[in-house]
Amino acid sequence: MFDVNELRADFPILSRSVRGVPLVYLDSGATSQKPTQVLDAERHFYENSNAVVHRGAHALAEEATDAYERARQTIASFVGAHVDEVVFTKNATEGINLVAYAFSNATDKARQGLDVDQRFVIGPGDSIVVTEMEHHANLVPWQELCAKTGAHLRWFGITEEGRLNIEPGVIDSTTKFVSVVHQSNLLGTINPVREIMDMAHAVGALGMVDLCQSVPHMPVNVHELGADFASWSGHKMLGPTGIGILWGRAELLNVMPPFLTGGSMIEMVHMEQSTYAPAPQRFEAGVPMVAQAIGLARACEYLTDLGMENVFQHEQELTAYTLAELGKLPGVRVIGPLDTHDRGSAVSFVVDGIHPHDVGHLMDSMGVAVRVGHHCCWPTCRRFDVPATTRITTYIYNDKSDIDQAIAGIKSAQEFFGATVAVSA
Amino acid sequence: MSEDLYQEIILDHYKNPRGKRVEIDSLAQSHQVNPTCGDEITVEIGQNSDGTLLVSYDGQGCSISQASASVMSELINGKTPEQAAPIQAAFMELMKSKGQLEPDEEVLEDAIAFAGVSKYPARIKCALISWMALSDAQIKASLTAKTTTRNE
Ligand SMILES: Cc1ncc(COP(=O)(O)O)c(C=O)c1O
Repeated sequence: MFDVNELRADFPILSRSVRGVPLVYLDSGATSQKPTQVLDAERHFYENSNAVVHRGAHALAEEATDAYERARQTIASFVGAHVDEVVFTKNATEGINLVAYAFSNATDKARQGLDVDQRFVIGPGDSIVVTEMEHHANLVPWQELCAKTGAHLRWFGITEEGRLNIEPGVIDSTTKFVSVVHQSNLLGTINPVREIMDMAHAVGALGMVDLCQSVPHMPVNVHELGADFASWSGHKMLGPTGIGILWGRAELLNVMPPFLTGGSMIEMVHMEQSTYAPAPQRFEAGVPMVAQAIGLARACEYLTDLGMENVFQHEQELTAYTLAELGKLPGVRVIGPLDTHDRGSAVSFVVDGIHPHDVGHLMDSMGVAVRVGHHCCWPTCRRFDVPATTRITTYIYNDKSDIDQAIAGIKSAQEFFGATVAVSA
Repeated sequence: MSEDLYQEIILDHYKNPRGKRVEIDSLAQSHQVNPTCGDEITVEIGQNSDGTLLVSYDGQGCSISQASASVMSELINGKTPEQAAPIQAAFMELMKSKGQLEPDEEVLEDAIAFAGVSKYPARIKCALISWMALSDAQIKASLTAKTTTRNE
């Protein structure tokens, strides 16, 4: 197991103060902090090898291209993927849209009588299945696709405990696509994605998983998930902003219509029409985010050195502690599973009589950074009849003292509001 | 600690909201949401026979948004659109001030308590949402000020 105090030295931001008190960062579910190793890798690239990749033949262009493609290899290995199946995107949101637009574009082309892969053609009578615990990033693109094509959106609901209610009949012979979150960013629930992907394949549908909250926190092998596509962001796993990953099975990526078009993604261009490069270049139009790819690869190495199994264990212990401490506070209700079984480190809660914004504000005044709001899961909040929650999310650099400070913050909010305000409805 | 934000006046309006869910003959209403946190407010507007405004609101949200709605309804109720306009303008200005403005108590009365909110960019929208709904409802009901002078 790694030493939290030792590795905290790699994160200069963690030793700063906010509002006159030491920072306690418990918002890694939104974005993680970055170790100097990642920042140095980016800086090293800019200072030594900066050039445009995959264009030009001078020495720097070669070095840059080599560094970019080595980064792809490192990131692919991190999740057990084949290098040609790893597409760089801006973030997870873009990766999901890329797949949604493959359906939309294939459907448009089919209407024009063009030859497209029928697995991506969708219309009235077809259905797309998601869950009630999706981040808006894995909900809104599918709503849009349905609106454009006449397909129907269906979803698995959530049990009182915060688990998916995997009812039979939601996925059926009309289903063409299923997309589910691996770990909920609001509830912390880890979903049985393999089972759901198998259900999708059994009816001939394709399936996708949102790995935003799992790849940073636990060992993930994309092939073991049984999905056809997966998307996640670099910035939640010690990497820079501006880079995400779309993983897809090569066989599918190479028959999908492109999403963004232009330079770098072509094979041949004529005035009348063009043909496209195979994946991953097919989906990387324009000059890509080279430094970010190199930074993210360095983040993968950093996490590999710690060991993802250790990362998971460390967070399981912290989550158990967080749940136990929150459980001791009267008037505090956790939204999501109450034990660490099939559960990750995102812990949402509400405090009786105090709006989450106010809870978060009081915690912030004690230096504790937590997220408040609907966490881009508005339907999930509605399911639990809460306008919003306060959410603690941990990472490798957090320890029990951070949780203690968070608990002290909640208590101070209760004292402050409880003493002065008995809130009327 | 948080005294600059949570003034007594704010906590008092939060605890004892004025003008909330009052039945009025409404001419228009405006529903506003804060998409970053899910807070919602509906402001209804009507007019007394003497031309002064009637304001009612309903909603859910944090102490800042709820107290601001309560203060807003107290300040605007019974004022003509022309009397309300400078108050609305002064509140907008205060919210943009980043804590640098000494609010005019003559104009803003209880609303001066929100001066501290302007130091917290994430909370400004909370304080403004009911005021935005008010302006929107006024436009819909054609109850905006006829003159634009600040000191009529
Ligand atoms: C589960 C989940 N899906 C999708 C996203 C969207 O990620 P991004 O905003 O980086 O595209 C997030 C992060 O906010 C998330 O937690």
